[in-house]
Amino acid sequence: MAEYLIETRNLTRTFGSRREKVTAVDNVSLGIHEGEVVCLVGESGCGKTTTGKMIAGLLQPTAGQVLYRGRDVWAQDKNSFKDYRLGVQIVHQDPYASLNPSHTIYQILSAPLLHHSLATDRREARERVAKLLGIVDLTPVEDFLTKYPHQLSGGQRQRVSVARAITVDPSFIVADEAVSMVDVSIRVGLLNMLSRLKEELGVTFLFITHDLAVAKFFAWEGRIAVMYVGSLVEVASTPQLVNDPLHPYSKALLAAVPEADPVLTRHKERVRLRSQDIPSLLDLPSGCRFHPRCPFFEEGLCDVEWPALAPVGDGRYVACHRAAQG
Amino acid sequence: MKNDILNQSVSQKSPPLSVQDLWVEYKIERGMVKAVRGVNFDLRKGESLSLIGESGCGKTTLGLALIRLLVKAATIRQGQITYRRDGRTTDVLALKERDMRYFRWRECAMVFQSALNAFNPVLRIWDQIYDTIKAHDGMSRDQARESALRLLGYVQLDPERVIDAYPHELSGGMRQRVLLAMSLLLDPQILILDEPTTALDILTQRTILDLMKRLKAEMGFSMIFISHDLSIAAELADRVATMYAGGIVELGPVNDIFYRPAHPYTLGLIRAVPTVTGEFEDLVSIPGSPPDLIDLPSGCTFHPRCPYTTDRCRAEEPVLTLYEEDHAVACFHSDQVRREADVMWKQQDHHAAGDM
Repeated sequence: MAEYLIETRNLTRTFGSRREKVTAVDNVSLGIHEGEVVCLVGESGCGKTTTGKMIAGLLQPTAGQVLYRGRDVWAQDKNSFKDYRLGVQIVHQDPYASLNPSHTIYQILSAPLLHHSLATDRREARERVAKLLGIVDLTPVEDFLTKYPHQLSGGQRQRVSVARAITVDPSFIVADEAVSMVDVSIRVGLLNMLSRLKEELGVTFLFITHDLAVAKFFAWEGRIAVMYVGSLVEVASTPQLVNDPLHPYSKALLAAVPEADPVLTRHKERVRLRSQDIPSLLDLPSGCRFHPRCPFFEEGLCDVEWPALAPVGDGRYVACHRAAQG
Repeated sequence: MKNDILNQSVSQKSPPLSVQDLWVEYKIERGMVKAVRGVNFDLRKGESLSLIGESGCGKTTLGLALIRLLVKAATIRQGQITYRRDGRTTDVLALKERDMRYFRWRECAMVFQSALNAFNPVLRIWDQIYDTIKAHDGMSRDQARESALRLLGYVQLDPERVIDAYPHELSGGMRQRVLLAMSLLLDPQILILDEPTTALDILTQRTILDLMKRLKAEMGFSMIFISHDLSIAAELADRVATMYAGGIVELGPVNDIFYRPAHPYTLGLIRAVPTVTGEFEDLVSIPGSPPDLIDLPSGCTFHPRCPYTTDRCRAEEPVLTLYEEDHAVACFHSDQVRREADVMWKQQDHHAAGDM
């Protein structure tokens, strides 16, 4: 197996008390190569944000490991953990909530530089901040330095969040629904800017989104990992996944998603689900978690045994008894 | 008494709703927000018309103005909203508030974006439904319950379970279906839906989209739905109206809008949205950001972001005029935009053909 930059092994996180326990992330194993883009897609509540937070070092796993260049992140000493936290940055969904409203853009961006001694004096900090703003296309720089977050548009604010994430020169960025709150006409610009970071700075991305169209666009040369109720159900290269999904849940998602093309969207073949209800994390179905909704359900198999995520060739992984049967 | 609102004058075969030169403004500290600016359109019988546009383009304000549910700070500066049913014509802006209440559910119902906020959290679904019916119709309690159960079943819910549930006991998709059922309770001729599926997951959204198609086909109401999401319009609309800075800049049949757009903003939106299945497409973003509705650009409101801008665009605002049959555009450079759109689709078809 090739060396991964980031790897999770049986990553698990539970919430709640002893009496009422919810497993938000259950045995997630995923490897991300250096320079790669992996999109984590799934519906709300499937555990994708929790997974992202554990990978970014913001939330301690209940079980399992996060490995960074082969080393267990959560088992390191304090200093190595601090280095890790610097090397891995997270960009949140809501730029209205993630930027301090009483700080200017300069203050927001120079604080991490000065705090981590990445700039020795104010003059150097100012130069670095100007360069960062240039990278995220907030130019002319002078127009932005003294502004407060509320004076910027949503798209500009999200660019500031990205600039802040790259102040510390991270090798890995977890982008959690980073373009979801931004209007359509601005979104592509943001995605292209993020793609440039990937190419020019060599940043590796875990891109978390519920939007399959965005995942396809951003990770066309990378991979998509599909999550359902806490577990990975399929991992494949993006073209494979959008054109030939193997897991019934991936198939259902791709068949259900409306497309911005009237003829295409009205002639899609449907996948008929057996039930519309998303299972509650408090009362998970036995066996495969998708079995109560799955059109390919086989009694005595799918409702009994939980299918593990297994390789099916071509670098693809699927967690499905039926897909494995072919 | 409550039928008085409908018998003002008799007109012949005409659309259920006509909006003429509608202007809506909000007064805020900084000045006047011009949210809806000179909007004209007809809603045809049985059609589904989609209003698309980005946040702050005035689409929700327009929807609210149609049933006069605007906040206090908003005023309808001028314009005419004409409603027609069974040969009778109603001047919506002239209705008294009491008559307006009847109008809102019986003639024109609206379903809002946030399905959770639309409910009173301490009342069971049945109590909320009954409150609505009580306020609008003389139906007896038993009759009301019966038709509520029928409609809940119709939107694919378990009627007996849902009717006695509290809103928090239902999922987002279920609540959205309850709202749909409630909106149809008094058999309105028009249904306005504001971002009906925005907060929902993909599979739930699909259920609601399919349900809306079926309801419309079977019940025959006309539908206006407001969305920032082009794919919803591609899926549901018969006609699409693109809104920008408070005005309708393009209006036409769904296939014309997507495959033969003639306004640069519509083309820009289409080029900025990827499809999921199929080949990779290059996407182009629209430069700049939407204008401040307090301080609008001169001339065409889109000119600061438009690649076709000329001096005329900076000086003069184009009005929505018929460009070709049934397809209206507010742009001085529609021919150029159309050529560009043709090139775009040819390239994509080429992709697809080369791939077969």
